[in-house]
Amino acid sequence: MASSASENRLLLSRIATNEKHGENSPYFDGWKAYDQNPFHLTENPEGVIQMGLAENQLSFDLVEEWIRKNPKASICTAEGIEKFRSVANFQDYHGLPEFRQAIASFMWKARGGRVTFGPHRVVMSGGATGANELVMFCLANRGDAFLIPSPYYPAFYRDLGWRTGVQIVPVDCDSSNNFKITKEALEAAYGKAQNNNINVKGLIITNPSNPLGTTLDKDTLESLVTFINQKNIHLVCDEIYAATVFSSPKFTCITEVIQNMNCNPNLIHIVYSLSKDMGFPGLRVGIVYSYNDDVVNIGRKMSSFGLVSSQTQHMLASMLSDEDFVEKFLTTSAKRLAKRHGVFTDGLEEVGINCLKSNAGLFCWMDLRRLLRDQTFDGEMVLWRVIVNEVKLNVSPGSSFKCVEPGWFRVCFANMDDDTVEVALKRIRAFVGQAKKAQEQAQVKSPKKRWQSNLRLSFSSSSRRFEQEGVSVMSPRMMSPHSPMPHSPLLRATT
Amino acid sequence: MRMLSRNATFNSHGQDSSYFLGWQEYEKNPYHEVHNTNGIIQMGLAENQLCFDLLESWLAKNPEAAAFKKNGESIFAELALFQDYHGLPAFKKAMVDFMAEIRGNKVTLDPNHLVLTAGATSANETFIFCLADPGEAVLIPTPYYPGFDRDLKWRTGVEIVPIHCTSSNGFQITETTLEEAYQEAEKRNLRVKGVLVTNPSNPLGTTMTRNELYLLLSFVEDKGIHLISDEIYSGTAFSSPSFISVMEVLKDRNCDKNSEVWQRVHVVYSLSKDLGLPGFRVGAIYSNDDMVVAAATKMSSFGLVSSQTQHLLSAMLSDKKLTKNYIAENHKRLKQRQKNLVSGLQKAGISCLNGNAGLFCWVDMRHLLRSNTFEAEMELWKKIVYEVHLNISPGSSCHCTEPGWFRVCFANLPERTLDLAMQRLKAFVGEYYNVPEVNGRSQSSHLSHSRGQSLTKWVSRLSFDDRCSIHGR
Repeated sequence: MASSASENRLLLSRIATNEKHGENSPYFDGWKAYDQNPFHLTENPEGVIQMGLAENQLSFDLVEEWIRKNPKASICTAEGIEKFRSVANFQDYHGLPEFRQAIASFMWKARGGRVTFGPHRVVMSGGATGANELVMFCLANRGDAFLIPSPYYPAFYRDLGWRTGVQIVPVDCDSSNNFKITKEALEAAYGKAQNNNINVKGLIITNPSNPLGTTLDKDTLESLVTFINQKNIHLVCDEIYAATVFSSPKFTCITEVIQNMNCNPNLIHIVYSLSKDMGFPGLRVGIVYSYNDDVVNIGRKMSSFGLVSSQTQHMLASMLSDEDFVEKFLTTSAKRLAKRHGVFTDGLEEVGINCLKSNAGLFCWMDLRRLLRDQTFDGEMVLWRVIVNEVKLNVSPGSSFKCVEPGWFRVCFANMDDDTVEVALKRIRAFVGQAKKAQEQAQVKSPKKRWQSNLRLSFSSSSRRFEQEGVSVMSPRMMSPHSPMPHSPLLRATT
Repeated sequence: MRMLSRNATFNSHGQDSSYFLGWQEYEKNPYHEVHNTNGIIQMGLAENQLCFDLLESWLAKNPEAAAFKKNGESIFAELALFQDYHGLPAFKKAMVDFMAEIRGNKVTLDPNHLVLTAGATSANETFIFCLADPGEAVLIPTPYYPGFDRDLKWRTGVEIVPIHCTSSNGFQITETTLEEAYQEAEKRNLRVKGVLVTNPSNPLGTTMTRNELYLLLSFVEDKGIHLISDEIYSGTAFSSPSFISVMEVLKDRNCDKNSEVWQRVHVVYSLSKDLGLPGFRVGAIYSNDDMVVAAATKMSSFGLVSSQTQHLLSAMLSDKKLTKNYIAENHKRLKQRQKNLVSGLQKAGISCLNGNAGLFCWVDMRHLLRSNTFEAEMELWKKIVYEVHLNISPGSSCHCTEPGWFRVCFANLPERTLDLAMQRLKAFVGEYYNVPEVNGRSQSSHLSHSRGQSLTKWVSRLSFDDRCSIHGR
């Protein structure tokens, strides 16, 4: 049977059998720790707290209230059923006109009403995952490359390159200037690609940034636009976190920037989604918004491979065109994110842990460099295993985002309630406290040694087992969509 | 244009074909019972609009499914967050149970072998991405669904090599035609990775015989390649012979997990035709091969089914009373509707392939062609669209090797509209055959010289304004 299995493997495509989906990493063991022992406030208070999932769970109450008050938005209620057959039958890849209108309007509101969007440019896709892949299929051929500033969302490797054959060329950013994208870094990455005979078709940025949680300032955006214009390459702006901006500086959408610049609009494309701003990843609402008519045209045909369910389009058309609701939601969501961010970062600061100063996103970019035993990625892995297995927090190590500096970690804060945040902070306080104590004791014994190298935290035998050299960190659950969460109530209820 | 990819610039999306152009003309001038009685009647859309009332009445009786509720509690948040690409377990279970029910419960299907996708469009493309590399090929019997040119070839870079079927044996697949297609691929230096069939067939409206299925299995076994059976119309087999799924035949031949062919047979399904829900984008891949399931599951990330829709349909399909009643009633109504179309065509002196499934008839208009050519087929088609004001699909758009065949849909319009369409067709054929003598010369039953001249008008009228927006079947 073994030979038959390998024969079968040969019968599959290269795509199906390569690892470019990025999900096979020894480090998914970190997720196992969560799966095997998930935190629950009352039922399992010692369990692992999930802080690796960038989900926005803070404002569902507002949506639930709206749904209760608007039964007509559902095609299945007594109030809405008259629309059932026409909606169920509707598979036009232009999308329901009212849905496109509502999306354009929501995008406008989510950007503070500073720029308008035309429904005729709204193209649907299977979540931002589908949108990013679709844009690549439209703009690049197999073997071409896109520049991406690091650190970046791990699943870009899959979304941009798996089936498209497009390569990723990272643009290195580091903490020396708060991870800003510099012209030098862009030119260096572009030059390197050229020297390797790699055809660069564009630059893709995430603004606000995942994992940094920061928004790009106007100057940086202008310099990016100048860069791509000069090189005559595309600029794709993934604005999936646009409405998670909770404090100043305000969000500057790429549209605002190009309006005041001499820029070829055919090079500018926006990817958007409701997964983060609204907290609706399950509804699979991805949007490609391009200023290039050919891309809109072709993208629309390609959207056949991942249209939004008409049932969902219908409901969201109603919800997102309710201006009062949208206004209330955006304001309240931003407030709650700001508050949660504040509580979390203050709690970290109390124990001397700093985060990159951020004003957006569902996470913090935590600086744990001084806790590293060695300022290497191995050192980062060692610390990560301790955090997962001993402190029992599932956080995401910077190396999985291709960060060039070891010691940074992404910590999500919007996917849990207030009590859980408190528990997490308590554990962090305890962990740092322990480390300091160990340091003090070591200094008493041998004052010359640096405190990092005396960080003696007990490793369980399991964490020691995972020490490996130079393996990339990619864990399925940092990617959306992802592999199962066996403790989701939905799954519990149905199995 | 070179700023964009090859995908974006060539016409491999296939939407310049006449199949889609007919829809464009319809959209410019759509028939309406009151507002536009002279408009074009859409008979090119394979939609099932006959049984919505059954679903609507179920919804009226089951409000919880609609209201994001389970056991009285709101589950909106969990649903909104649910993006597990393995899908809602209850939904997958309900899907495989429904699929088994359609197959007379002659097969047992495992929900863990089912992968959910955004429609069959996505399922088919995903299969090709999993099974073939760019430049490789799949064999497909003609005539076939025009959308395959887009779904299977466009972004995958895979080729389609046709298996030429003809009316001489009711367009059935034979050993010879299979072998010829394989040789053709070899001649073109294309490595064949599999055969893809649609059963019940679009556009033929027939189910595959047991013999054909045995033949296919032997062929793929012999060549060591895959067999994908697109069974999207499996629930529309309304009269005998009954539908036989390739999964059933695997069982018949005692093919089990230990046989090589077991892992190479795969099924595509969807709720777009059987339940008439194309808007909901519910497709599925079923495979016995764990590697295919694993790869397809990850790929489904690019087109998952909305959790809201999974929840609703999970409740619906788990109601066995509904499914049993729906399947039976669906068959009954489709059968009656097909009968009406066939009899209407007969009154116009037109016959069709003896069909027992699908949402359309495969209509024989060869006797109305000026000559046995595809040019003549196009002329006839344009006349039917522009003069008779019926949008039907010419066989050439389905890659049929014989000119003169057309696909005519019957389940996407009210009965009275179907009747009107048949009246128009009858009048057209009557006029066509009863042309008065001109210049003392009698007219043959084929196109006269003067008619030939006037027909050229329609050739130039055809616009290439690519506004077609419907991507379905």
